[in-house]
Parts: sequence; C-alpha cells; structure tokens
Amino acid sequence: MVQRAEEKSIDAPRFPRLPGVLHAVFVYSLLILASLFILLPVGWMLTAALKPDTVPVFTFPPEWFPTKYWHWETFREALFKEKFLRYTANSAFLVFMNVIGVVLSSSLIAFPFARLRFRGKNALFTFLIATMLLPAPVLLIPQFLLFYQIGWYGTYYPLWVPSFAGNAFFIFLMRQYMRSIPIELDEAARVDGAGYWTIYWRIVMPLCVPVLTVAAVFQFMWTWNDFFGPLIYLDDPEKFTVALALAAMVQRIGTEWNEVMAANLIVMFPVLIVYFFAQDKLIGGIANVGLKG
Amino acid sequence: MSMPSQQLGDQAKPRVRPRRSVAAVKEERAAFLFLTPWFAGLFLFLALPLGYAVYISMTDRRLISGARTHFIGLDNYVYMFTQDGFFYHALYITMKWLVLSTPLFLGAGLLLSLLLNQKYFGMNVFRTILYIPAVVSGVAVAVLWLQLLNPELGVVNYVLTRLGVENPPYWLEDPQWAMPAVLLMGLWGVGGYAIIYLAGLQNIPPHLYEAATIDGAGAWGKFRHITLPMLSPTIFFLVLNAVIDALLIFGPLFVLVGGGGSGGPENSLLFYMLYLYRVAFTQGFMGYGTALAMILTIIGVIMVFIMMKAERRFVFYESEE
Repeated sequence: MVQRAEEKSIDAPRFPRLPGVLHAVFVYSLLILASLFILLPVGWMLTAALKPDTVPVFTFPPEWFPTKYWHWETFREALFKEKFLRYTANSAFLVFMNVIGVVLSSSLIAFPFARLRFRGKNALFTFLIATMLLPAPVLLIPQFLLFYQIGWYGTYYPLWVPSFAGNAFFIFLMRQYMRSIPIELDEAARVDGAGYWTIYWRIVMPLCVPVLTVAAVFQFMWTWNDFFGPLIYLDDPEKFTVALALAAMVQRIGTEWNEVMAANLIVMFPVLIVYFFAQDKLIGGIANVGLKG
Repeated sequence: MSMPSQQLGDQAKPRVRPRRSVAAVKEERAAFLFLTPWFAGLFLFLALPLGYAVYISMTDRRLISGARTHFIGLDNYVYMFTQDGFFYHALYITMKWLVLSTPLFLGAGLLLSLLLNQKYFGMNVFRTILYIPAVVSGVAVAVLWLQLLNPELGVVNYVLTRLGVENPPYWLEDPQWAMPAVLLMGLWGVGGYAIIYLAGLQNIPPHLYEAATIDGAGAWGKFRHITLPMLSPTIFFLVLNAVIDALLIFGPLFVLVGGGGSGGPENSLLFYMLYLYRVAFTQGFMGYGTALAMILTIIGVIMVFIMMKAERRFVFYESEE
C-alpha cells in the first residue's frame, strides 16, 4: 500500500501547482483553440467552394461551415471546365514514376551500404550524408540548362528521371532499416547458392516493406506538392501539375473564387487521404530520422 | 541448425583464405554494381551541374537562344557585391525571415508538442488535426491564406475587428505587414514541427522524471534539466531543417506576391529565391542568376557548418550502451 501511494505521487501531473481537473481544462482548451485555428479556415474554404457563382464568397460575418449552400457543381466545374481532373492525372503520372524510381534505386543503393563489405564504404557513406546537407538551389539553373540542351524542356523527363538515381535521405533511412535484418538470412541464402541480386530482391526487399512504404508516401507528397520543378520545366498548360495549375488559376484575372477554393480542395484531397491512412508510419518515419539524423 | 555450420566456418577460416578473398572480390564487385545508379546520379545530377554552375556564373549567359555567351570572369560577383542593391535587399529580407520565423515556429511547435504529450484521452485526434497543414502543398496553403488575409473581406481581419482592433492591417498589401502575414500563415503549419518534437519527448525515459520528483524538482526544473537536454538532438535536427527551409522558401511566396517575378509591395517580400527566379527566369539572366545561387549555397553551407560545430557544445547525446 505504502509503495503504491509513492508511485502515484511520482506519476502526478507535470504542473503540480495546478490541481488535476484544472490542468486538464488548461491542456484541452489550448489544444481546442489550436485545432480551431487549423479547422476554421478549412471549413471556410469548403463553405466557399460549395457556393454557386451567384452569391458572394466573402460575407460578413464569415460562414465557417457550409449550411445554406451545397452547390457541388462548383467541384464539377473545377474538375472539367478548369481541367483539374487533367492536372490530377498529370500529377499522378509524375508521382507514379517518382515513387517507382526512388524506391527501387534507393533500396538498391542502400543494400550494399547495409549488408556488403567493400573498400571505401565508410568514406562513401559519409559523402552520402554530406550530399544530404547541401542546399540545392545552386544546381537549379545548370540542371535547367543541361536539360534544355538535350531537348527536355517542356517534357516530364526532368521531373522524374533524376529520381532513378536515388535520394540520399531515403538511402540513409533504408540502410538503417536493412541493418536491423539478421545477416544470417543472407549467409543461409548464399549457402543455398543464391547470388547477391537474389538476396536483395527475394530476401531483403520483402522484409523492407515498412520502410519502403514510408519512402513511397514521402515521395508521393513531395512530388504532388512540388512547385519549382514544374514551374520552370513545363510551358504547355495541358501538361501542368496540380500545384502549378492552382498558382496559374489564382493569378488569372477574373477567376471565380468559389472555383479556386474547390480546386484547392481537390488538390489537397489525395494527400490528406494518404496522410490519414499512413499517418502512423509517416510520423514514425519522420521521428526516426529526427532522432538519428 | 545454424550453430554447427557457423563453427565450421570459423574453424575453416585460415585454410580457405585465398578462396575467401575471391569471394571478397566478388562481394565488392557486386557492391559497386548495386551502387551504379548512385554514381551515375552523382555525376549527372550533382558533379556535372555543379561544375557547369561554376562556369555559367562567370558568363553573361541568357535564356533566349539567339544570344551569344561570353566569359566574363568574376564580373557577375563584382556587380552583385558592389552595385546590386536588390541582392542586399533580398539577402536582408531572407535573413530577417530566418531570424523571425525559426524561433517563432520552433517555439510554437515545442509548446504544442508539450500539450500533445500530456496523457489525456483524445490526443491522437488533436495530433491528426494539427498535422494537416504540414502535409498539404505550400501553394495550396498560400492560395487559402491569400483569401483569409484579404484586408477588407478576409476572415482574419473580421476576427481582429471583433476582438476590438479598430484598423486591422492591410497585410499583404502593406510593406510593413507583409512579412507578419507570412509568419501568421507559417504558424498554421507548426504542427509539422510539433510532431517531431513529440517523438523526441516520448523517447525520454520516464525514470528520469521519477528520479527528479524524488529529488524535489519542480516543473520548470524538470523541463530545464531533463526535457531540454534530452530533446536537444531533436531541436538540433529541427533548427538545421528550419534554417535551410527559411533560405529556400519559394512556392507559397510566389503565390502570395502574385507570381511573375514580383516581390510584394515595395519588394517587402523579395526573398532571395524570388529574386533569383526573377533574375534567371523572368529577366532571363542565367549567368547572373547562377552567381546568385552560388552565393546562397555558400551561405547555406557556412550556416550548416557553423551549426554542426555548435552541435558539439549544445547538443546532449545519451551515451549508447
């Protein structure tokens, strides 16, 4: 009994001056306030998107949640008239190529760093980490000019081909993960006559699905949200990605703001869906990097 | 099962030495084969553009195809440092942003994570909500905030008026208030920092707090002497990222200033990357733009280097057992 009482006092709330209930009220009210700060603008955006063209988007007082109007046609207009279905397809293509490219190449590169012995391994790995820290704007213009000279301006190639050379951040992440898989599996496979490719593809890769998923989700979000790349490489509006099309739509004079908000929600939607389903893996992935990196 | 074969392998070591080295050579060859895409990428997308960048920055290269390119040595750099007022202005704006945004976002994120770390019901829901702005595109966020910050009709000024502010600011239309407007928009996304802090907080062993409680430490004492030191690797990681992000911020600003090489009212939002875009892609001075990029990269590398040096003094790593 005595011991139990002691334990309880140790686990008491962090702010001991406040009694338990007050502490809870304090924490909850701040978190609710912060959540409202996030959700009210989103609610306002949805309300605006659901209004027909005939009513003003801006009202006094603002409408935080849709009550009066449920004009779903705005979304149809954003998808077809404003071609956001097309832009979504364009972005989806780039996401697909980038995810395939980065997952395949990064795992390929991480494999020897995690599981093979070769000379210069440590030096090369240190170099890999260094490339991760190099701020990249210096490469933008020369890369642009090089791609321009080989006729890739206005095509999708500059936006996905480089992903097949791996991403230092993912290589690092995958190498850490692959190191945690028992090396005895490789040894056993080698005894059975398996080559290194078979070990990589049939043994290591299937066990790496969690870390591959993290990389795929990250890459999905980066490609989907990328702006600078499409901005400098794409000139044909038919080829625009969602982020680029959204920025172009806002700058056009005479746009309907309800359609802009609908388009904005269309752009946000796929990322949010992926986020809701993968959030635990995603947050775990970020946390790992944050703590070890 | 594996035990005997392993022992056998160990015993057999000295005798099959030459054969092992053949295996080692094979292993090394395989390793470099696996690394081929990386080496190819390093050459094509890093070394080649980097070398090319050094060269272009010393030319008057233009975007238009007909123009002749001349080698002009260090003229671009000389012009930048002696005559280009916009260069200093853009640098000033970016540094001001860095100094204001980093402590604000990292501080707000830390506060939020301390709240989320309390053991109460429903924390997952708050965590999910607060992280939303961090996953959606910066461009989409800027498109939304462009509307919220509308001086006459926007939601932000409506709330301010209701709170008793008589003349709410003109935000993105006022040179004085343009950067605070971007800071406010940035605050919307601090959940992204909070999540990473939270992971760090949850990694702190509870026995440390228990020991401190027994020693009679108060809440502040525990925060100062346990939470902060144990969290310092996470803080370091976030500072490193926040600084690089602050130097490179582009997409959301592009939307807020209206694109096309604009710099906001009186160029009050002419961040370095916006200026670089204006010079290289709207005015078409590729050579000069590359020189600008070169300087930004050097500044970034120096900052990363200083932070890495500082890491040893300020960051506490629990010794690995």
